[in-house]
Amino acid sequence: MADSALPALARSAAARPARPAARTPSWLNPSRLIPWLVPAAIILGWQVAGSTGLVSTRFMPAPLDVLRAGWQAAQTGELWVNLWVSFLRALAGFVVGGGIGLAFGLANGLSKLSEQLTDTTLQMVRNVPHLSLIPLVILWFGIDEGAKLFLVALGVFFPIYANTLHGIRSVDPQLIEMGRVYGMNRRELFWRVVLPGALPSIFVGLRYGLGIMWLTLIVAETISANSGLGYMAMQAREFMLVDVVVLAILIYAALGKVADSLTRLFERTCLAWNPAYRNG
Amino acid sequence: MTASPALSFETATETARTARRPATGHALSVTLRRLTKAFDGGEPVIRGLDLHIPAGQFVAIVGRSGCGKSTVLRLILGLEEPTSGLVSLNGSDTRASKRIMFQEPRLLPWARVVDNVAVGLGREGSRAERRERARAALEEVGLTAKADEWPATLSGGQRQRVALARALVSRPALLALDEPLGALDALTRIDMQAMIERIRIEQGFTAILVTHDVGEAVALADRILVIEDGAVALDVDVDAPRPRRRGDPDLAALEGRILDQLLART
Repeated sequence: MADSALPALARSAAARPARPAARTPSWLNPSRLIPWLVPAAIILGWQVAGSTGLVSTRFMPAPLDVLRAGWQAAQTGELWVNLWVSFLRALAGFVVGGGIGLAFGLANGLSKLSEQLTDTTLQMVRNVPHLSLIPLVILWFGIDEGAKLFLVALGVFFPIYANTLHGIRSVDPQLIEMGRVYGMNRRELFWRVVLPGALPSIFVGLRYGLGIMWLTLIVAETISANSGLGYMAMQAREFMLVDVVVLAILIYAALGKVADSLTRLFERTCLAWNPAYRNG
Repeated sequence: MTASPALSFETATETARTARRPATGHALSVTLRRLTKAFDGGEPVIRGLDLHIPAGQFVAIVGRSGCGKSTVLRLILGLEEPTSGLVSLNGSDTRASKRIMFQEPRLLPWARVVDNVAVGLGREGSRAERRERARAALEEVGLTAKADEWPATLSGGQRQRVALARALVSRPALLALDEPLGALDALTRIDMQAMIERIRIEQGFTAILVTHDVGEAVALADRILVIEDGAVALDVDVDAPRPRRRGDPDLAALEGRILDQLLART
């Protein structure tokens, strides 16, 4: 059974008619379950190690303790407030930084003058690790929202800028020539040839940007904040609430995963034409 | 040309339409005068070319690689500016379009097949009308069933047929073919040649085919030009009846003659 199911799943679903959803539900399919075996085993082992006292729960709380801490924080509402604050910061920084990155990427990809004017400067600034600016940023903005917004936006800017520019530059010149010969004006050429051609690369930038967004936010909130997930984790450390610390880390991980899955979903709808993104 | 009385032109179009054939005045004629093209101040690729292609003729330009045959085509289409000399296109319908089919299909991978064909219509009419006409053009090349597929799912020959439909959907007055079948396998190529021949007879456009395949030139063209060193070395009319049979002795003899001309300089 497993032998015949595996290759059938690996092949594209479009190539053959969908099979009747009669027998087993898809999540019970062995090939779907296999990737989850190792994580499940780790969590189980962790729980056993914690409850038998093999690992001191003062330093590493067992999964059930973390769940309990999560439940409590959710009950008091503290978790939701902090989660919401962090989410808004991430979103604002991403929109600002990503928007500017996209704008510069498009401008420099489309206009030689704009590229000559700004690209070298931007590439130089890129070499400064943005987290090294934290002391300066605290001096400028204090521990206000401005500081977090600035750092996240700066971090997100470069991957989106660089990948947008690269995407536009690598659009097939033969297609552009075809568009011209077939009478497209500059505007049509942009919307119908250049932008769709650059989109796969822009999505790569988007995913890099999302990763940097969380990373920057964690660091910024841990160092200087009075709300948010990072602040929650730092407060918990002060009171030796290890379970809350681990909870915060796991929530960060989950948020990263959600952001990544959303981008994948986007990619799959926007890039359905590309065999590399279909199905899977 | 444009001085002809509007009335007679009108009636000519009308009769043509009722006879379900394109207007006879639809095709463009091409005249090149003392045409020279050099790239970046180097040696000229085209040297003082004089050529007249009457409206509705199917001309094949053959030559070795690097002889400038593609450059001639690009000059005619206005994709390159001549260094000196003149390119003029004449026809009764001044808005008549010219279209090119490249060696590669050059389809937009992110547009469905039918939308790729609709690219050939530019901004003419509404989106729905364009799609309608694109579907009709796809029927002409036998790909109706693939209209809503992505280009990535098609074979090489199918993609080139979509490119042909895109070139023809606007009913061009001049079709330029820049080695469009060079990358296809032999059998697909013969199929496509027959398809191009059939559609050309139906629509009556002027066709200029650039190719290094002498057999293809002999099978399709009314007239064959051999270009060497940027000038016409041989200009022959092919008046064999259509559809032409492969392996016809007269055509084989002609093919041999042209090959001799091409190979004589080695």
